Amino acid sequence: MTGISWDEVSFTLELLAQAIVSGILIGGVYALMSVGLGLIFGLMRVINFAQPDFMMLGMYAAFFAIAAVGGMAFAGPVVTTLLGALVAAAVVGLLGWGVHRALLSHVLSEKQGGQDAQVMMTLGISLLLQNGGRMVFGADPLTIRTPLSSQAWSWDFLLINQGKAMAFAVAIVLTIGLQLFMSRTLTGKSMRAAADNPEAAVYMGVNVGRVHRIGFGLGIAMTAAAGALIATSTPFQPYIGLDFLILMYASVVLGGLGSITGAFWGGMTIGLLQQVSTVFLPIQLQNMVVFVAFLLIVLVRPQGLFGRVSERI
Amino acid sequence: MRDYGNFLKSNSGIFAVLAAGLVLAFVLGSAFHLNLLTIAILWMVLSLSWNLVSGYAALVSFGHAVFFGLGAYAIVLLQLKFQLSPWLGLPLATLLGAGAGMLIGVITLRLSGVYFALAMLCYPMALIYLFEYLGLQEVTVPMHREEPLWFMQFQDQRSYAFLALGLLGLALVLCKAVEQSRFGLWLRAIKQNEPAALALGVRCFRWKLLALTLSGGLGAAAGALYAEVVLVVTPTSVFGMVVSAQALVLTLFGGLGTMWGPVIGAVLLVPLAELLKHELGAELPGINGVIFGAIVVATVLLAPRGIFWRVREALGWKTANDPFSKPGDSATAYASQWVPEQGARTDPAESNVPLLRVEGLKRSFGGVTAADNVSFEVRQGEILGVIGPNGAGKTTLMNLINGYIAADAGSVSLDGQGLLGKSVHEVARSGIGRTFQVARVFPDMTLFGNVAVGALAGPSSGDWRAATWRALDLVGLRSRADVLGGQATARDLRLMELARAASQRPKLILVDECLAGLSSDDVEEMVAALLRLRDAGTTIMIIEHTMHAMLRLADRFLVLDHGCVIAEGEPRSVMQLPQVLEAYLGRRFAEGLAHA
Repeated sequence: MTGISWDEVSFTLELLAQAIVSGILIGGVYALMSVGLGLIFGLMRVINFAQPDFMMLGMYAAFFAIAAVGGMAFAGPVVTTLLGALVAAAVVGLLGWGVHRALLSHVLSEKQGGQDAQVMMTLGISLLLQNGGRMVFGADPLTIRTPLSSQAWSWDFLLINQGKAMAFAVAIVLTIGLQLFMSRTLTGKSMRAAADNPEAAVYMGVNVGRVHRIGFGLGIAMTAAAGALIATSTPFQPYIGLDFLILMYASVVLGGLGSITGAFWGGMTIGLLQQVSTVFLPIQLQNMVVFVAFLLIVLVRPQGLFGRVSERI
Repeated sequence: MRDYGNFLKSNSGIFAVLAAGLVLAFVLGSAFHLNLLTIAILWMVLSLSWNLVSGYAALVSFGHAVFFGLGAYAIVLLQLKFQLSPWLGLPLATLLGAGAGMLIGVITLRLSGVYFALAMLCYPMALIYLFEYLGLQEVTVPMHREEPLWFMQFQDQRSYAFLALGLLGLALVLCKAVEQSRFGLWLRAIKQNEPAALALGVRCFRWKLLALTLSGGLGAAAGALYAEVVLVVTPTSVFGMVVSAQALVLTLFGGLGTMWGPVIGAVLLVPLAELLKHELGAELPGINGVIFGAIVVATVLLAPRGIFWRVREALGWKTANDPFSKPGDSATAYASQWVPEQGARTDPAESNVPLLRVEGLKRSFGGVTAADNVSFEVRQGEILGVIGPNGAGKTTLMNLINGYIAADAGSVSLDGQGLLGKSVHEVARSGIGRTFQVARVFPDMTLFGNVAVGALAGPSSGDWRAATWRALDLVGLRSRADVLGGQATARDLRLMELARAASQRPKLILVDECLAGLSSDDVEEMVAALLRLRDAGTTIMIIEHTMHAMLRLADRFLVLDHGCVIAEGEPRSVMQLPQVLEAYLGRRFAEGLAHA
């Protein structure tokens, strides 16, 4: 015990506190992207392999939208970031709607190949988006520049990055907005009905095909908006999606496949886990933590921590 | 000499592929084209490895790069750190891959479907970061000019193509052996209906683990040779998503679950992708990935199981591509196997010997008690009818006996041998057959093939053809033996399930609602089959709502309600009991009946 001094312990505790704060901030954005994936899975039980690649498109959409209006000077960093996220959500969400209509709707039934065909199809879409992105956008990493990312509020030893706090706030607002949409509007309610029992929903007059398309577009929009927010602090390139694929699924499975609030808390947990691990592990292994966590979650508690069993295995 | 001719003929496809490869290796002159040929063959081998698990057994893996990468790093590091010759490194890398396959299988094969696919993706992704952390970002095969042959470093580019062809030959022979063997049949059964395979006593976990072990070895061998050809190994080039996706795309495009799928896929797609990359890669980087993506999307829409199967379908080859599914040759050799055995059946009323004894069986789901202290016996040679209103816990009772559901308390014994705690396949092997409420069929096998799986998985699989025909004759399915499971009628599927269970000559068969939804003619046929089965000496426990059929079939009734046994005994007298009437018709109606 001689080797450990009080200073070192207190330093580690400070690092830990700092990591928890960053974990919560980044966790909010992970939560938003996982909510998008969770919505899609809960509604149509489609395993969307291409979800993080739509997120990548959201990053580029926000980047170009903000560049087009002349950067953050357009309406101040806060409003412009929000604007970028909304443009990303709208453009990529619409694309998601179109992809569902043109491709995914053809492989939904068991007769058309069922779940295996869906996974393969979304894998193909993922390859198309990644490599198409490489052709169109090039491979050089980009970031959305905002003055907020170099400013921080400080409180004692804690530093709270304003850019990340801003992203967190927008993510929370969008998640609450989605919750309200699902519980207050007719479309949201029919979505929940279709998720619960598609057949019964049809008998109640719900156009399940339409609801699926809207739900898919909405789920993609949420994830794309999260991408736009992440792009203000992280450099991105067309293949960035792969880094987030397992992260998103870990969050969604942790929260219980099919549950939106579960996905939210799952995303928060994974963000915290990832940041806290940096205190104890070398930085290069930070991403490995997510994979190991995913394996542990599916092996030990596939029904998730927060949700009920929604898929029998 | 005739054996030699037969050998050539039965393996003509493999020889044709290898010969074509040899011809190409001699015809192609440029180093670029020879390299392309070698790489295409290695991708073919990796795809064959993927197909072993994901094609035959339908365990879709997104992470086969883990084996490829381990093989590549193993051979290079052994050479770099220990000056070990690749000739020794290659088999060692293969063993390492097989070991990794087994270890990963033990951990991951408990999962299924999407969970399995995503979990498999985690392994290579985690290894990318681990290898970067270990400082192995870029490892180069060291040059050994003093002993080039000992270190697989050839002047002539052709030599690498020959090596790859050698590996391909081994891989094709392995896959063919798997396809023709019982092991391959178990994998197809697992793919088409795992619960049915388990109920027949197939050790599903063990066979899946073997498939993943073989697949891991083959994938690692491909990766090891790849490293010797390209000379530089980086984590993303061997563990990357592109590697896993390559194996998946080539097989999916060529044909899932046949050794020719990866061959067709690699022959058509690898040159296309490499030439595109070579010609247009500079102006349009990523064009090969875009083409692959488009091909996957188009394949899923137009030929979901791949070109091989699409072409067969177009040519009208509707028969099952399965050596165990063809009744044709053997039909005449095994004419009418069904001969009722004299004295096979002991009269239950006389013998009164309990075969299955259930005592104090309990199971609850949350607040619902599906089995509440259930005790009863099934006597040797009888048909015990289990009746009760919907939700009484009848199917749960069968699932408890079968091992699909674990009991909270109680005991079940067959001939004095305890069954609780055994897994489904162990219960099946101890002599209990099962049919299901919704018939569980292997859709791509013929009815003959479906029953053959039962006969082959049974305790005495020696003359499985005889056992299959006997079971088919028993239920009267001989004339429809070559109908595909996926195209059979509801009645034929029910008869098939009965035959499949009977082919194993179990002591007891659990039959779950085999008459539901059948027309009255079909019910007659089914009842006759059940009676023949009983006359052959098989004890039967049957759940059924069709009362007129039950009264003709059952020797005794067991009545369940809300998880409890409320009556047991001779059918007609049981049906008069007030508690039975109440359970079926409601209290007020039963009271009215009693007063009348």
